[in-house]
Amino acid sequence: MTQADIDGPDATAPGLTRRQVYEARIRRRSMIVAATSTAAVMLALLLLIPLAPGWEGVKKSFFNADVFSKTFPGLIEAFLLDVAIFAWSAPLIFLLGLLIALCRDARSPALYPLRLFGILYTDIFRGVPVILVIYLIGFGIPGLGLPRPWNSPYIWGTVALVLTYAAYVAEVLRSGIESIHHSQRAAAASLGLGHGDTMRFVILPQAIRRVVPANMNLFIALQKDVALLSFIGPVEIFRQAGVYKSLLANFTPYVGAALIFLAVTVPATRYADYLMTKQARARS
Amino acid sequence: MKLTMTSTVAFMLSTGVAMAGGHCAAGKTLNDDVLTVATGNPAYYPWVMDDAPEAKAGFEAAVAYAVANRMGFEDGQVVWVRSSFDQAIQPGAKNFDFNLQQFSITEEREEIVDFSLPYYSAAMAVVTRQPVVDRGAEASLASLKGLLWGAHASTTAVPMLAAIVQPDADPLLYGDNADVVEAMKANQIDAALMDLPTALFTAGVLLDDGVVLGQFPPDRSDNPDQFGLLMEEGNPLKECVDAALAELTEDGTLAAIEAEWLAEATGVPVIE
Repeated sequence: MTQADIDGPDATAPGLTRRQVYEARIRRRSMIVAATSTAAVMLALLLLIPLAPGWEGVKKSFFNADVFSKTFPGLIEAFLLDVAIFAWSAPLIFLLGLLIALCRDARSPALYPLRLFGILYTDIFRGVPVILVIYLIGFGIPGLGLPRPWNSPYIWGTVALVLTYAAYVAEVLRSGIESIHHSQRAAAASLGLGHGDTMRFVILPQAIRRVVPANMNLFIALQKDVALLSFIGPVEIFRQAGVYKSLLANFTPYVGAALIFLAVTVPATRYADYLMTKQARARS
Repeated sequence: MKLTMTSTVAFMLSTGVAMAGGHCAAGKTLNDDVLTVATGNPAYYPWVMDDAPEAKAGFEAAVAYAVANRMGFEDGQVVWVRSSFDQAIQPGAKNFDFNLQQFSITEEREEIVDFSLPYYSAAMAVVTRQPVVDRGAEASLASLKGLLWGAHASTTAVPMLAAIVQPDADPLLYGDNADVVEAMKANQIDAALMDLPTALFTAGVLLDDGVVLGQFPPDRSDNPDQFGLLMEEGNPLKECVDAALAELTEDGTLAAIEAEWLAEATGVPVIE
C-alpha cells in the first residue's frame, strides 16, 4: 500500500479523521479477504467431493431428492411429537432441578440427609447415560404391573428424561446460587428475612437470571435427546426416519431429520449466545 | 487372528486348484476361493442356532451352506461375518459376498442393493399374550384393529400394519425384537407383528404366556413378503447365486431345509 492510497480521496470525507478512514478501509479489505477465502473453500469442496469415487453411491443413499420429498412431510409430523415431549418435560425438569439445587444448599446440620440426597442424586443421574435411564425406567417400572394408561412409555420416558436433565439443571442452578455473594444473605438477615424468604426473594431471583444462558444450553441438548424416547416405542422423528430408512433402504430421511433439528436448535443456540454476550456486557 | 489368517491363506492355496475349473463364481467373490457370508449380530433362532452359523444349524445357516456348495465352495471355504441392517444398505464397498438375515425383497430396496431370488416366503404372524386373548382378542381383522400394536421398526411389518390391520391407535415401534418383547411384558402393547418363525420363537421361548394368534398367509394377493440374499448393487455374483437358488428350489433341497428347521409352522390359524 502506498502513501497515495492512505491519503486517497476518502481522506477528505467530512467528519472522518484520516485514522477512521484508514481503519474502515482495513475492515473492508479483511471482509473481502474473508469472503474470498470462504468462497474458495466452498468451491473446492463442491468441486472435489463429487470427484470421490463413491460419490454417486453416497448421493443416491444420502441426498436423494425423490426420497427427501416423499419423506419430509412425514418427518415434520413426527417432529411435532418431539416438540410436545420437550414442552411438557422442560417445566418439570426446571422444577425438579430447582428442588435438588435447594437440597444441596441446605445449611442446617439437621438437614444434612437432604444435602446428601442432593449429592447422590446429581452424582448418579449425571453419571449414567440418558439412554440407559430411559431403558431401565421405560421398560422396568411398567414391568412391575402398572395398569394402563399408567404404564405408557410416554409417561415413563418423560420421567427418565426429567430425572436425568434435572441433575444437570440442579448443578447449574447451584452454581448460580453459590455465585451470589454472601453479603446478600447477611443483608437479607439484617432486614429480618428468614432463611426461606432470603432464598425466595433475594438469592433465587438473582441466581436464576445469572444462569439463564447455561440453562439454555441444557435445553438445546434436551431438544435433541428427546429423540432417545424412540427406543422404548414412541414414533418420533428419529424412529420415523428409521422406518423410512429401512423401507426405502436409503439414509436420506436421516438427513431430512437432521435439517429439521438444525432448524430449531440453530436459532436457539444463537439466542443463547446473544443472552451470554448481553450478560457479559452488563457485568463488565 | 494371525493364525486364522495364515490358515486361511494356506487353505486358499491348497484348494485353489480345485476351484480353477471355470466355475461361475470364480473370481467374483470378495476374496478368491472364499465365500464371505454375513448374518446378524446376534443371529436369532430359528434362522441360526445358538448364534453360531458355522455349525450349519438353523434355516439360514443351512441355506447359506447349500447355496455355497451348489456354487462350488466347500464348507470350509465359507467365512462368516456379522453386519447390521444399516451396514448392509450403506453405500460403498461391502465386507460380504451376500448377507442373509431375513431381508424382505422390496422394490425400493432393490434400487440401492441387489437381491437374489427369494429363498423363503414369510407369513406374517400376530404374537400376543394369554391375558390379551382372555380379554377377547381373536384372529379376525375386526378384533385386531382394536389392539395396541408394536413392531420392529426396520421390518416390513410396519407398512403391513398400516395397510392391512389399520389399527385404531398408532403402533409403537422398537429397535429390535428383544425390545418388542420387553414392551409386551410391560403390557405397553397388546400384540406384535413379525414373520412366522420369529413369532413362534417369541411366543414359545421369550414369553412365558405368549400366543401366536394367527398368521397372514405369505401369498396374500398384493405384496408377498419374501426373503432374499442381499448383495452389493451390481454384484456379478448375483447370477451364480440365483442359478444355485433356482436349482435348490427345483430339486426340493430348499423345501427340505425349510421342513427341517421351520416345520412347526403348521396349525397356526389363518387370519381372513
